[in-house]
Parts: sequence; C-alpha cells; structure tokens
Amino acid sequence: MRDRGETIRNGAIQLLLAGNAVIMIYPLFVMVASSFKTNAEIFSSPLSLPTHFSSANLEKVWTETNFVRYLANSVGITAASVALILLFSTLASYAIARYRFRLSSLVLMFFLSGMTVPLKLAIIPLFIQLDTLGLVDSYLGLVLVYVAMGIPSAVFIMTGFLRTLPRELEESARMDGASELRIMWSIMLPLARPALVIVAIQNAVPIWNDFFFPLVLITSDNLKTLPQGLTVFVGEFTTDWGVLFTGLTLAALPITLLYIVLSKQFISGITQGAVK
Amino acid sequence: MTEGWRHTAKPFAWRRSLWIAALLTPALLVMVLFVLWPLLSAFRFAFYEFNGLRPSGFIGLENFRKVLFEKPYSDWTWNAFKHNVIAFLALMLFENGTAFLIAFALLKALPGHRIHQVIVFLPVVLSAVIVGFLWKLFLHPLFGLVNQLLGLVGIGAVPWLGNENTALGSILFANIWHWLGFPTLVLLAGMQRISKDVLEAARLDGAGDYALMTKIVWPLIAPSVTIVTILTFIGSFNWFEIPYVMAGLTGSPGGSTDVLGLYFYRTAFGSTTTGIQDFGQGSALAVLMFVFVAGITAIALRYLRRREIEQ
Repeated sequence: MRDRGETIRNGAIQLLLAGNAVIMIYPLFVMVASSFKTNAEIFSSPLSLPTHFSSANLEKVWTETNFVRYLANSVGITAASVALILLFSTLASYAIARYRFRLSSLVLMFFLSGMTVPLKLAIIPLFIQLDTLGLVDSYLGLVLVYVAMGIPSAVFIMTGFLRTLPRELEESARMDGASELRIMWSIMLPLARPALVIVAIQNAVPIWNDFFFPLVLITSDNLKTLPQGLTVFVGEFTTDWGVLFTGLTLAALPITLLYIVLSKQFISGITQGAVK
Repeated sequence: MTEGWRHTAKPFAWRRSLWIAALLTPALLVMVLFVLWPLLSAFRFAFYEFNGLRPSGFIGLENFRKVLFEKPYSDWTWNAFKHNVIAFLALMLFENGTAFLIAFALLKALPGHRIHQVIVFLPVVLSAVIVGFLWKLFLHPLFGLVNQLLGLVGIGAVPWLGNENTALGSILFANIWHWLGFPTLVLLAGMQRISKDVLEAARLDGAGDYALMTKIVWPLIAPSVTIVTILTFIGSFNWFEIPYVMAGLTGSPGGSTDVLGLYFYRTAFGSTTTGIQDFGQGSALAVLMFVFVAGITAIALRYLRRREIEQ
C-alpha cells in the first residue's frame, strides 16, 4: 500500500519536473526552429517544424548586419575584463593572504565593502569620470568598469582560497633562495587554479550578458557588444522575424554551448557569485 | 652585532614593503578611481544643479524635493516605485514559490534529476536582452507563440504587451522564465544541507511529503530563504533590462510598466519623448534608491536572521 502511494507521488513529481522542462526548453526550441524558416512560414505556421533548412536568414545576418562585429567585441571585452580581474585580484589577494603587514585587514575590508556597492546607481559620476579621462565610447573605459565591479568578490574568493594553502611549500622555496615573485608565480598560483576557474566564470557570464554599461558608455556602432547590438539589429529588422530569430539563436549559442559543457562550474559559480 | 643586523634588515624590509605595495596597487587604483570616487560623487551630485555634464551650483535638497514632491516628477517616481513593489511581491510569490516546489521535487533525486537541474538553470545564463526580445516576439498579439498556442484551445488573441492591464504581468512572466533556475538551485543547495538523519527520522515517524515539506524542510532552509528574499528584493528595485527591451524606455503602454531603473535612466541620460536630461535629479533618484534598498535590506536581514535562529 505504502509502495503504491510512493509510486504515485514519484510519478507526480516527475510530471511536475517534466512540465517545467517543457516550459523552459520549448520556447528555445521554437526560437531555433524559426531561425530556419522564412518569414511567411513563421507567420502562417508558427508551431510547425521548418519544411526545409534554409540558410537564407543566416546569410542575411552574416552579410547585411554588424552581427559578427558585435560578437567579436563581446568576446574581446569579456576576455580582457576577466583577464584583468584575475590578474589584479590575484595579486592583491596574494599580498593580503600570504604576508603580514600593518594595513592588511583594512585593505581587505576596503575590497570587501565594494561587494555591497551597486555600481549601476553610480553611473552618473562614473560617466563623468570616464568622460574626464577620455574613456567614454572606448573599449578601455568599459573594461575598467567591469574590472572594478569584479575585483571585490574576486578578492574575497581568492583571499579565502590562498589562505588555505600550506606555508611549508612557500618556506622551503624561500630557503632554497627563490625570489618572492618566483614563489608566487611558479609555486603558489598553480595551486589556485580551481578558485581561478570559479572567479572567471562568475565574472565572464554577467559581463558577456551585460547590457546596461554598454548602453550608457558605448555609442559607436563598431564598438557595440552583442546584447547592445541586438537592440540595433531588432530595430532594423522589426518585421523580418526569420532574421530576428536567427540573431537571437546565434547570440544565445556560444554561452549555451559553453554552459552545456561546463554546467556544474556555471551553476556553482553563478549561485555562489550572487550568494557570497 | 645589532648594528649590523639593522643595516642588512632595513633594505630588506623596504624591498618587502615595495613588493607588497606593487601587488596591491593595480586593484586598489581601479577600485578608488571607478568605485570609491564615483560613489562619493554620487552622493555629492545629488545636492547640485547641473549644466550639461558639469555641476554648476549647490542647491541643497532641491533635487530630492522635485523627484519626491513636485509634479510631474513625483507622479513618475511614485508610479515607477509602485511597479517595483508589485514586481517584488509577484516574484516572491510566483518565482520563488515555484522554485521552492521544484527544488523540493529535485531533492528526491529521482532518475533524471541532474538533467532537470541543468535545464531549469539554462535560461539563467542567457542575456536579459535575448530573453526579453524572445518573449516580445512570442507575446505578439497575432503571430506570437503564446496566442497561437492559446488559440488551439479556443482562447482569443490577447495583446499582452499592448494592454495596460497585462503588460507588467507579461514582463514579469518573462523575468520569471529567465531567472527561475537561480532561486531553485539556491534553495535546493539549502535543502541538500539538511542532514539525512533528520529526514529519515521524520519519515520513520510517519511524516508524509507534505508534512516533511512544511514542518521539516521549510524551517531548516531559513538561511537560503533569507538569501533568496534579499536578492529578489535588490533585483526587483534594480530591475532594468527586461522592461527596457520589452516595453521600451518609457514603460509603455502609458507608463504601466515603468520602473525606477527606467525612470532613473531617462532622467539621467534623457529620452526622445520627454527630452529632459538632468544629472542632478538623476543623482537624487540614485541616492534615494540606494538608501531605500540598503536600509530595507539591513532591516530585513536582521529580522530574517533572527527568524533563522528561532527555528
């Protein structure tokens, strides 16, 4: 009797999960399927599969829009920002975690307090600051903003991780006469790889997806990022739904593929990133 | 002997300090230039009148008075604020409520639960711009997926985003679809931290699924509930991307989807329809939003933490 109740309950749970999976996946499936359809096909039979796989939309996106440029900009800006976040925050965390010095806890506090700051609300002075430095409408200005946003939580994670590494390694290397730089670079940092991966994912996803800062800081079409470029693109092809769905599919593709390969790291990185 | 030691130690100490300073400088410099200084300026600017990009004179609380009490600004502020409050309540109830149910279902670890975790989190990794445009197309009154599907069961075409009564709800739906996986997996992580012994003991005492969920799991995941509540609150009051993409900068139709993020952006950087661009008033709005969110978060954290301890 109990077993039967259990079976029914488990069945209900599977049904709930399956229903939810359909709601999550079906819209994405329609998006991909529609990208192969002509406009007429989308409007007349939106729910059916494409009758043949036409690459006309793809060619249009590739040749008639700035899509590739937006994609390249997003890759470059994300890569540069994440690289600088990793570099700067690892250096700072290394100093805080591995050396005793007078202001160490104050410096750490300063970095950590940055985690609570919503930088979006400081966009007006930030804009003026970048304008003064001549960095509005440039890659560098946008990258520096992302680096500033990423450093606090990166320092938090890296300091916590670097503190757990054993002292003996460092000390024996020092006895052998290795320089501090060499100890850091060839002995300690290779051990910090797992933490570096978490920090990289945690920052790469929101930077890749960000829309607000490019919207304010970037005006030249050639410098626009993918999410920002999509708004231009949608404005140009308002009624050509085949092209729109193709653009959305292509924009979603890189991060979706990466997510499927690294789903575990993505999930732990993003949930930890916001939870802190 | 001591003399000699001092002579050799000093240059070493000096080199060591220099090394530490070199390690810290890049990160500190970026933080001071692009976080600390803008943040302090944000508070200062709220008390200034602006002439284009530069502050031109101290005007005390004038900017605050305007955005809070002078029409039409005050109407816009309160209208947007109201929608943020609605968004927060709706997301707590529908997004986090659904997330709790799905997390509880995943906790059972039935066959396929891992693939369900990956699926529910998939939209989270997509840009809000992609999600917003996708649902804008799906919610199109004539050719959109939603009305096409409803048409199959005989429900007539609804202009989801064109009607003042349905627009905000439609945008919230897209937002829930986008973010559902996040609270789900945070709550699931909380549930997985409950010791197996506690769950087993309750089962042996004859607790059914419902009793287990309400009497054991819900109280024991209080810390995760705190986190989800606070993040939902902060997210609701900083909401910008999806409304911008789906309803435009003015929160159409008729301001029925306007939120503080949009209103702040319009005030700070101007919009084609209102033509107003005022860094002073924008700064005042930013300060008010910051103080409100930080203040409520602090109070809520104290209350929610106490609740965690009691249970």
